[in-house]
Formats: sequence, structure tokens, C-alpha cells
Amino acid sequence: MRRSWWKVLSVILVAYAIIGGLLLPVPRQHIINETIRNLYFHVPMWFGMILLFTCAVVYAVKYLRSGNLEHDIYSAEFTKVGILFSILGMLTGMEWANYSWGEPWSNDPKQLGTAICMLIYFAYLILRSGMKDEEKRARLSSVYNIFAYALMIPLLWILPRMVDSLHPGNGGNPGFNSYDLDSNMRMVFYPAVIGWFLLGLWMTTLSIRLHLVNHKRDNDFHTTNK
Amino acid sequence: MGLKKKFLLFVSGICLYLCCRMFQGNLLSLIRKDILIEWRQKHTLFGVLLYVGCTVFVVYTMSGQPDTRVWNALFWITQLFVATNAVAKSFLQEPQARFRYYFTIVKPSTFMMAKMIYSTILLLAMSLVSLLLFNVLLGNPIIQTGLFVLITAIGSISLSVVFTFLSAIAARANQNAALMAILGFPLVTPMLMMLSQLAIKAIAPVYQPGWGNLAMVLLLLDLLVVALGIILFPFLWQE
Repeated sequence: MRRSWWKVLSVILVAYAIIGGLLLPVPRQHIINETIRNLYFHVPMWFGMILLFTCAVVYAVKYLRSGNLEHDIYSAEFTKVGILFSILGMLTGMEWANYSWGEPWSNDPKQLGTAICMLIYFAYLILRSGMKDEEKRARLSSVYNIFAYALMIPLLWILPRMVDSLHPGNGGNPGFNSYDLDSNMRMVFYPAVIGWFLLGLWMTTLSIRLHLVNHKRDNDFHTTNK
Repeated sequence: MGLKKKFLLFVSGICLYLCCRMFQGNLLSLIRKDILIEWRQKHTLFGVLLYVGCTVFVVYTMSGQPDTRVWNALFWITQLFVATNAVAKSFLQEPQARFRYYFTIVKPSTFMMAKMIYSTILLLAMSLVSLLLFNVLLGNPIIQTGLFVLITAIGSISLSVVFTFLSAIAARANQNAALMAILGFPLVTPMLMMLSQLAIKAIAPVYQPGWGNLAMVLLLLDLLVVALGIILFPFLWQE
């Protein structure tokens, strides 16, 4: 029923990203050196997070337009996996920063922006867990989701660009722009982004299916009255 | 430069449109009603004033007269707490049944605009009071008074529009003001960061490149919040 070619693709791409990312040659840059390989693990988390949050917002809008509770389940699960990705991205970034910047947390504007974004979505989870009524929970959390996403995007894209960042590629640091990122790295980086995102999508579909089953069981007259 | 001018024109066009909308509907009477209620129930108004006074006094007893950067940080943190208390009332103080009545007589977007404008006026007054108290108690590091008052006004608008929308969510969730604070603090953090950055210019003679851009981003963010509030509020309102 469900085509699973993309799941196979995701496993292959992630495996390639791990093996190729650790073994293939990388350009040697000042200060960054071998830690440049973190690009294959840290940056795809952010791409994945943004894409998953975008899916969540699309389903939140769909819910508000249709009132179908299944859309709310989709939206909530996309958000949860997005939060997982943001935590992983933060951890890989802090681990990398520990070696490159000398400390895991150095008030970099991108770090601040991401931390705020995580707090915003944690508040989403608290809002959801506080309400028992399904319809109301779905409507309020959809509204908050859209609101939070619309405020988060300027935060993530504009604010770090207005202040100099320690990140590679900003403020004169060597980075991953067109001159520094050679074609060897692209060969691993783009598959890694796609692979990690598909993995996130796979996790989300599993979680969605679980919640759909729960939802159907709870709303089925025969099973709830046994 | 040309792009910037076009951009300003666009923003002011939107503002003009909103102003025109303001005067044709029953927006003004809604705002007047809120202010009238506020004036008749003096205990809530003076309660918030007392809260402002106490907060500034507590800050003063702990910090004395701090240097300029600390002064700035303390001022904006005070603004945050005053905003949560002053704006929380906009939706949480009226009973649910009365909202059903409003629902029958006005459009939701008008209602949201009225609440936002009312809480902006309220918060602006409270901000000016707290600015005065800060000047009296914690010393006066401000160099450009007019600029600082202007930034305080922008800050009041930013904080009150976000918190008004969130207090609508909190009211629908049958929760207290605590939920509004939980939802709001992460959302206004970037705004507070920008505001304190902007305010530094008025209290310390430092060179700040990109000050105008930052101010523009903040104003745009405010517009975005207002637009989202007006678009999304009808969904909150449905039973």
C-alpha cells in the first residue's frame, strides 16, 4: 500500500553520509581542519528541522481550513520530530564548538536564535499538554504553531545576519561558501541533507500512524465501551 | 537607498490602510469601552501601577544605581514583567459569556485590533511611569531622552501586540495568566534583544552600524504580529 522506496533511499543516503563523511577526503582549512566533517551531520539537522517545521505549519493551516483532527495529529508529530532534530543539531553544534571555539556556548547569534526557537517550540508542547478537549487543543495549538513559525523564520534568517557570527563563512571566517566548499564535499553534503530529512520524515510517519491508531481507537464506540 | 525608500513607502501605506480601517468600524467605541471599564474599575488600574512601583523599587534595593548597560538590561526586564501583568487583563479579565455577546455585534478582526490598541495605550502609560521611576531611583544615564522615549513606545507596541494575542490563546484555553507568560517569554525574547540594542544608542555614545536596519526589522516584526493576530483570531474565536 505505502511505497517504501524512499525509506530504502534514506537508509542508503544516511549510511553513505556516515561512511563517506568520515572517510572521504576533505579540504584542509585553517582552524577548522578535520572538524569540517561535522558539516555532514550538524547542518542537515537544521535543514531537516526547518523542513519538518514547515510541514507542521502546512498541516496546521490545513487543520484550520478543514477541521479534520487527523491533520492536527500530522502537525503535532511533525513538530515533535522537528524539536528532536533541533536538539540533535544543537548537541552536534555544541560538541563541534567545544573544539573549534574552545567552549560549547559562546553567545553566537545563531546559537541564541536557535535556543530561542527551541524554547518557542517547547512552549508549544506545554500548550498542547495542558488541554484535554481535543478540538480546542487542535485549534489553539494550530494557531500558536502558525504564529510561532512566522516569528521564528525572521529570527533564524535575519537576526544572525545583522550581527557578526563566529560561524564558518561569517565575519571573515573560512567557511562553506562557493569558494571553500569543494565538489568532493558537495558530493556528500547534499545526499546527507536529503538522507537525514527522509529519515526524519520516516520517523514522523511512524509516529503519525501510531497516533492515528490511538485516535481511532479512542473515538470508536465499540472499543471504548467494552 | 532607493530600495529603502520604496520599503518605507510600502510600510507607511499599510499603516495608512490600517488607520482608515480604524475609523470606519466600531473600533473606536470598543477602545473607548475598554478604557472606560478600566477607569471605572480603578482597583485593577492602580493594582498594575502599584505593581510597577514595587518592581522598580525591588530592582532599586538590589542594584542601587548601576552603570548604563546594567541599567538598560534592568529596564527592559522590568518592561517584560510589567507587560505580562498589564496586558494579561485584556482578554483574561472579561468573562467568557461577554465574548459571545461581542461575537454577535463586531467582526473578530475589529475586536482584535481594539484589544491591541487598548493594551498598547495601557502599556505605554505604564512604561512611561516605570521610566520615570527608573530615572528617579536608579539614576539617569540617558543622553538622548526623546530617542529613548521613542524606543520605549516602540517597545510597548511590540510587547503589547504579542501578549494580547497570547492572552487570547490563554483565555480560550481556560487558563490563567501563567500560560500567557509561558508562551510569551520565548516569543518576545528576540524583540527584547533588539529593543535593548536599539536603546543602547540613546544611553551610551557608541557607534552602532545597522541601527536603522534593526529598527526597521523590529517595526516589520510588529506589523507581522498584528497581521497574524488579525488573520488568526477568528479561528480562536469559534466555539
